[in-house]
Amino acid sequence: MATDSIDDYISSVAKALALPIEDAWRPAVRANLEVSLRLARLVDEFPLPDETEPAGVFTA
Amino acid sequence: MTAAPAPLSASDIVKAVTSRKLSALEATEAALARIAQHDDILNAFTDVTPDRARARARAVDAAIAAGRNPGPLAGVPFAVKNLFDVKGIATRAGSKINRDLAPAARDAALIERMEAAGAVLVGALNMGEYAYDFTGENVHDGPSRNPHDPSRMTGGSSGGSGSAVGGALVPVALGSDTNGSIRVPSSFCGIFGLKPTYGRLSRARSFPFVASLDHLGPLARSVRDLALAYDAMQGPDADDAACTTRLPEPVTPVLAENIASLRIALAGGYFQKNLFPEAIHAVAHVAKALGVSRTLEIPEAARARAAAYVITTAEGASLHLDRLRRRPNDFDPAVRDRLIAGAMVPAALVDRAQKFRRWYRAKLLEIFKSVDVLIAPATPCVAPKIGQVNFVLDGIELPVRAHIGLHTQPISFIGLPVVAVPVPLQPMPIGVQVIAPPWREDLALRVAYALERMGAVSAPPPRGL
Repeated sequence: MATDSIDDYISSVAKALALPIEDAWRPAVRANLEVSLRLARLVDEFPLPDETEPAGVFTA
Repeated sequence: MTAAPAPLSASDIVKAVTSRKLSALEATEAALARIAQHDDILNAFTDVTPDRARARARAVDAAIAAGRNPGPLAGVPFAVKNLFDVKGIATRAGSKINRDLAPAARDAALIERMEAAGAVLVGALNMGEYAYDFTGENVHDGPSRNPHDPSRMTGGSSGGSGSAVGGALVPVALGSDTNGSIRVPSSFCGIFGLKPTYGRLSRARSFPFVASLDHLGPLARSVRDLALAYDAMQGPDADDAACTTRLPEPVTPVLAENIASLRIALAGGYFQKNLFPEAIHAVAHVAKALGVSRTLEIPEAARARAAAYVITTAEGASLHLDRLRRRPNDFDPAVRDRLIAGAMVPAALVDRAQKFRRWYRAKLLEIFKSVDVLIAPATPCVAPKIGQVNFVLDGIELPVRAHIGLHTQPISFIGLPVVAVPVPLQPMPIGVQVIAPPWREDLALRVAYALERMGAVSAPPPRGL
């Protein structure tokens, strides 16, 4: 996601969730979100069968 | 006050107390004296509970005097990460915000079980804010400090637990581990830590972080002490939705069983990258001691770590959403900004991470058909300096805070039991993970015990005190 798009996304989600974000925090929030999305993409890229159950309540 | 004797292991204290060579009160006073002597340097404790401890110790002594069984942990002083409820104290979980909570009405389940076994709680321990931490630093309470070099990190988030046990203030402490928070401080502070199977030990009345991944467990200076505490805490608990219904499976009686028949291998690929020389040396040292030459590739470990990261940040954000709205300025800014970002990860990606978790679990269970125990590094490095921001791993400069758990996260992600064992390198120790299949803590502990008995691993005396 381009930086402008991420900034727009952060603003929109913050509004939807009623989360206050001061301007001074925004670079760190963006940096953290970029890491999370990069790692989430790594998971997203992995093909899983449609039948795969999530491990919401996990049993080892 | 009784003069503080040399530090004793939990096992030695139990023997001395039950044979009346030492009273539980004397053992407790010795721990309190060591805390008073060294905690100004270590900053391990946020709360010391001497009145409660003395009352409990007197009760243990009274039981012995009356001829009753005082329990398998008779007179053993212990302390808990301050996310465990301690009756009468607000459960701060390393935060400023939680100090406004009402004092806990009842002890955490594991404290009750430890004390039912004769142990004596002496206080609550420093930790990273809301457990979202690998450093042991805390902006509200100051950093817990490494007992081998107080200018260095303890690791986190169970930093006070690592410092208190590594500094021999108490023989046993309890911590929590979501992504490595028992194993990292064990590695940096040179002690043994057990992260049991997910669901093995009750989390009732402890402050959560990531319900999908949270575990509780003990840290100690020997494998036997680890096993004694672990055995005392096992058993079902309806107050924790994830807690197993399995009956206790005591490990202390089987610790010394021969390990010659066990199939042990090194975790390869991902687990052999991103390591400083000390970590490489420690793993090789343990492998040599065990006579292990086989290496097994663990598929998709990097993706497992990524999925653990995503679940952690999203579930952590969910837990703290209202606090982020109401009191954002009362968080550690670094924790707050990560949690806000976590609230913004799309739900579909979090669900995929949970589905990947199921896939990865099946792969690892397949691997465990051909191996009993895996060996892997616990941390990429020895304890960094407090405040250190970056380090260079495999030629790339990376933030310390986010990367200390690279090698622990893919293991706790699917709840495997692990014993972190300390290799007492100079000047700083470092840990190695001994990993077993689900519900086979006994295997990891037996291998750890064998390593300890052959002198390959040990908790060094605190070098910085």
